[in-house]
Amino acid sequence: MAIELQHVSYTYSQDTVYEMHALEDVNLKIGDNECIGIIGHTGSGKSTLIQHMNGLVKATEGAILYNGKNIYDSDFALPSLRRRVGLVFQYPEYQLFESDVFSDVCFGPKNLGLSEDEIRARAKKALEQVGIPESLYDKSPFLLSGGQKRRVAIAGVLAMEPEILILDEPTAGLDPRGRDAILTLIRDLYEKRKITVIFVSHSMEDVARYVERLIVLDHGHVIYDDVPKAVFAHYKELEQIGLRAPQITYAIDRLQAYGLRTSQIVTTVAEAKNAVLEWFAQ
Amino acid sequence: MKNITIGQYYPTDSVIHRLDPRVKLFGTIVFLVSLFLTDHYLGYAVITVCLAAVLKLSKVPFKMLLKGLRGILILLLFSVVFNIFLVPGRELVHIWFLSITAEGIRRAIFLGIRLVYLVIGTSLMTLTTTPTDLADGLEKALRPLNKLHIPVHDITMMMSIALRFIPILMEETDKIMMAQKARGADFETGGLLKRAKALIPLFVPLFVSAIRRAIDLANAMETRCYQGGEGRTKMHPLCYQKRDKRTYCIYAGYLIAIFGINRILVAFQILPFLFA
Ligand SMILES: Nc1ncnc2c1ncn2[C@@H]1O[C@H](COP(=O)(O)OP(=O)(O)O)[C@@H](O)[C@H]1O
Ligand SMILES: [Mg+2]
Repeated sequence: MAIELQHVSYTYSQDTVYEMHALEDVNLKIGDNECIGIIGHTGSGKSTLIQHMNGLVKATEGAILYNGKNIYDSDFALPSLRRRVGLVFQYPEYQLFESDVFSDVCFGPKNLGLSEDEIRARAKKALEQVGIPESLYDKSPFLLSGGQKRRVAIAGVLAMEPEILILDEPTAGLDPRGRDAILTLIRDLYEKRKITVIFVSHSMEDVARYVERLIVLDHGHVIYDDVPKAVFAHYKELEQIGLRAPQITYAIDRLQAYGLRTSQIVTTVAEAKNAVLEWFAQ
Repeated sequence: MKNITIGQYYPTDSVIHRLDPRVKLFGTIVFLVSLFLTDHYLGYAVITVCLAAVLKLSKVPFKMLLKGLRGILILLLFSVVFNIFLVPGRELVHIWFLSITAEGIRRAIFLGIRLVYLVIGTSLMTLTTTPTDLADGLEKALRPLNKLHIPVHDITMMMSIALRFIPILMEETDKIMMAQKARGADFETGGLLKRAKALIPLFVPLFVSAIRRAIDLANAMETRCYQGGEGRTKMHPLCYQKRDKRTYCIYAGYLIAIFGINRILVAFQILPFLFA
């Protein structure tokens, strides 16, 4: 179970005046049970990158291997890849179309050709996972609140029970509580269901807290691919490409002028608390 | 999806691009009139030279024009073939019950040229003028119709909004299609009924989003106190420049040349000689 991108490049509107190199020579290996964050400036190619991972977009150059098999080979079954790699688009609530919440979540599993019972069981489980109460199942998805719609849409992909779940800016435009609920869900899927989750985010705080591996994109190039701490150690370079380290990192940085010492770079509030308590204890 | 080109604009900076949209609209009409009034090879030679000159000046690659021609290929073939076989006249070849006449060939050639030039001429206008400019030009050119209580402003405003929304809706279609494909939707296989049904997950969100966008736009226009064309001023009012006036002079010269050639050829009765 692994996806490998080899020298992947992608150009939008190739051979026209609107030509746009969205990805250039991207090499990545994504394995089992990983929790990966992708960050980058707007337009750096994050969405384009993840749309390659389930074969929705065909790379202009390079190859993508799924368990060692090239997904662009003519005998490769793309539908089976899309079942294993679930992709939740940005603002997924705009893809809802059924007359009630439950049927909408059933759409994915139905396309897999499962039995009626299995479809219903999966939809129910997925809706439970995202915290949509049963009282909403019969409601029109268009009448829900923004956060609820988002969770229904995520359930629609979860119900397909993918082995890799990819989410494009899942927390964009949500209030703090909605954001925490979705991030906790992501973390749960990773820890309890042992699947690989990848999510695109604009919040350094979120990725520092939730992911184990961080991929940084800039102008279509992967410039860092490491554990968050190692990536944020380069915060000077990150600032140059319009990103930054979590705010707490800067706060601790300032405190070091007054004598605070840390063994490694601090990226979360919890770590900062420990560091400060230790400093006071001395 | 991305291959649909309506209101296709080729962004570059050329003399033609900088012309006032009204000049280009009028020019297109002049060109079409000349195309349909000409009935001899010499006239078409003059038109070809002029068209080539405009094409060169516009910096639009010829490839872009060929794209538009692909759309009328079938129509072109039909009309040319029908003309070759069905026009009566001096018989050249006889095959079974069909006969090819000299007049038929001439008619077919002229018709082919007319059709191709018609598409090239109008494409050149849309390729060198942004949809907004075009609507602006139309509004100003058609303003006299206001007297007849035709709401020119509202019509052109609707037209420019519609044109503006085409690329947005196409992008949206692309996105929703991908999102549903990621959920296992299949738009490509199956019979007619299955395919039509497969479009529901695409069209429902698309309509919902189009209506949402329309409401948002209407609200945004209202909060900016939009209330139709009455007393409305423009940020970039259309104003004829020197080059626009010169272009009108060129049109006059062009029309005189085309008519002149026509008259002279008729007067000297050398038409049959040129048709040979
Ligand atoms: N459908 C498209 N057509 C043309 N260019 C596009 C399209 N989608 C994205 N791009 C361009 O590709 C680049 C990368 O876009 P994207 O992957 O959406 O970036 P991100 O998700 O990081 O903001 C951007 O410069 C964007 O303008
Ligand atoms: Mg994006």
